[in-house]
Amino acid sequence: MNNKEYPLLQVRDLEVAFGERRRRFYAVRGVSFDIYKGETFGLVGESGSGKTSIGRAIIRIYPTTNGEIIYKGQRISGKIDKKLDCRVTREIQMIFQDPMASLNERAKVGYIVAEGLYATEKGLSREERERRVHEALLDVGLLDEFASRFPHEFSGGQRQRIGIARALVMQPEFIIADEPISALDVSIRAQVLNLLSKLQKERGLTYLFISHDLSVMRFICDRIAVINKGVLVELAHTEALFQCPLHPYTRLLLSAVPMPNPVYERNKKVLTYDESIHDYSVDKPVWTEISEGHFVLGNQKELAEYKERIGSVCPLPEDSFGVNVLPQTKAQEK
Amino acid sequence: MSEVILRTEDLNVKFSLRGRVLHAIRGVSLEVYKGESLAIVGESGSGKSVLTKTFMGLLDQNGWVDSGSIWFEGNDLAQYKTEKEWLTIRGKKIAMVLQDPMTSLNPLKTIGKQIGEALELHQGLKGDDANKRIQEILLDVGIKEPARRMKQYPHQFSGGMRQRVVIAIAVACQPDILICDEPTTALDVTIQAQILGLIRDLIRKYNLTCIYITHDLGVVANVADRIAVMYAGDIVEIGTSEEIFFSPKHPYTWALLSSLPQLGVKGEELFSIRGTPPNLFNEIKGDAFAPRNPKALNIDFKERPPYFDISDTHKVRCWLQDPRAPKVEPPQVLERISTEGGNLYEQ
Repeated sequence: MNNKEYPLLQVRDLEVAFGERRRRFYAVRGVSFDIYKGETFGLVGESGSGKTSIGRAIIRIYPTTNGEIIYKGQRISGKIDKKLDCRVTREIQMIFQDPMASLNERAKVGYIVAEGLYATEKGLSREERERRVHEALLDVGLLDEFASRFPHEFSGGQRQRIGIARALVMQPEFIIADEPISALDVSIRAQVLNLLSKLQKERGLTYLFISHDLSVMRFICDRIAVINKGVLVELAHTEALFQCPLHPYTRLLLSAVPMPNPVYERNKKVLTYDESIHDYSVDKPVWTEISEGHFVLGNQKELAEYKERIGSVCPLPEDSFGVNVLPQTKAQEK
Repeated sequence: MSEVILRTEDLNVKFSLRGRVLHAIRGVSLEVYKGESLAIVGESGSGKSVLTKTFMGLLDQNGWVDSGSIWFEGNDLAQYKTEKEWLTIRGKKIAMVLQDPMTSLNPLKTIGKQIGEALELHQGLKGDDANKRIQEILLDVGIKEPARRMKQYPHQFSGGMRQRVVIAIAVACQPDILICDEPTTALDVTIQAQILGLIRDLIRKYNLTCIYITHDLGVVANVADRIAVMYAGDIVEIGTSEEIFFSPKHPYTWALLSSLPQLGVKGEELFSIRGTPPNLFNEIKGDAFAPRNPKALNIDFKERPPYFDISDTHKVRCWLQDPRAPKVEPPQVLERISTEGGNLYEQ
């Protein structure tokens, strides 16, 4: 994948809050990350951690209360002009979790897929619109005659494909996939994952992949950010994160992933994470790049520990940039 | 482990839907041993839930046990007709935990009352005795401050905590068999690990026999002593956990294991099973998996394979085990189970 150096989307100090004054609840606080063109960026956390809120803030369903979101160098959070709004609506698309709930039961598949075109490309002739709907359906491995049927006639996997076709018909550049396979059977999961990676290869799509399941993320994501209670705690290349998880919360998530090996599972200990182990009363935590592309949240004392661990325990991850920086020498330099 | 607590013999279950008959369970013979935990794995529509529902008389109105028997404590459950008969079994001897904790609790009753209902119905406990027992059970399922929590309503609990309450209700009357029907599908990975741990602890503490239903083979390595793989209303392979994960024999088991994302290599295509499960309205000829199996033999389309014994505990319904069949090696990716499967990251 080229164009790695060009951030398609930049999130800066994002805050999403709900409610007023005393009852104000901060779903996301101070989150910053870049997503590069052509990559799959994973966002992992438990339910209630704010991962979906971030996705929704990017696609402008939720208002951002602070910070900004920059898409292709232009701010898209807050008030933006109509032309940009229309462009963003077209270029950023979303795939939803539950294929049973996210399709309009009373509309035919053809209309469901075409709905975005009605809104953003008003001048389109009927033939042209139908052609694009059929193309999108074929691209996701469905038949074009399905356009005249209703969603209830399809299985879960086929419905999720319709959801993907609905995103594709807009010819997007950036797709937010919010738990796209959690509601699917294992055998269908593989089909949908393969379809997503195939589309990425063919069209150079960029994905924000939101999930709670790290085993799926390892397979599909280039980089992964871990979020807990609205705050990012660690961000790294997939291999680096799996070989050398630093933050205790990341380690907890990794230990919870079920593996298909009875011998390993019987001896496995699921770690627990208690926030009180962090003493942030004096020494405030900071978001630091601890080694090439590996960010972690911690105070000075913790960061020193993490640095030691990254130097001693972890072998050098073969990261996808191909930049060979020995973490050990890097740690010594500092 | 050797005592059989529940046995089905050539069980057939049918449903009538819009004038047509659907053959959901096609001759299942299964033995469940006392104290074990048996996992039943299969895609949606494979009949895994229907099979266990027949053990509790919970089939929908349009379904019936067509032939075969279910032996439990010397009685044939397949002959049970009335609710009165079923109430001697349901909840008391065999209890069930369902998939979605959001819908299986009554939102208008405190959780103490909901557990109390089961205690009063089956054990006649009331008042202070019941309260004491409810608090014990809540502690057992890992809910702290039971005296305060039992007065709360389901909406005051998180998803994982609600599933703990559902499990508390199920084990309240100390059943012999606990059926868990996808208990963690609606939950996060971290909560899932906790609930799986809890179920394992309870099996030991209450001396339960557990039947665990799931579509995800990745999950069962943790809880199962034995695994039965179901396809199109039939058990195609059954064996101990080790046998199923380390030396699976049926092409369908191979396919299920190969499609696990845990075993996938990044940048390569993940294995996926082609086609869809067979339509059970139609008569199935031969091996039900044959149309989706790229390496199916000719006989797979003609005659239903019998069970071949691989070991005392391992049986498979597949023609590949016939001495006349060609030798087909399991897919390469399965080797990653022993290498990669236990090595997500070093703890």
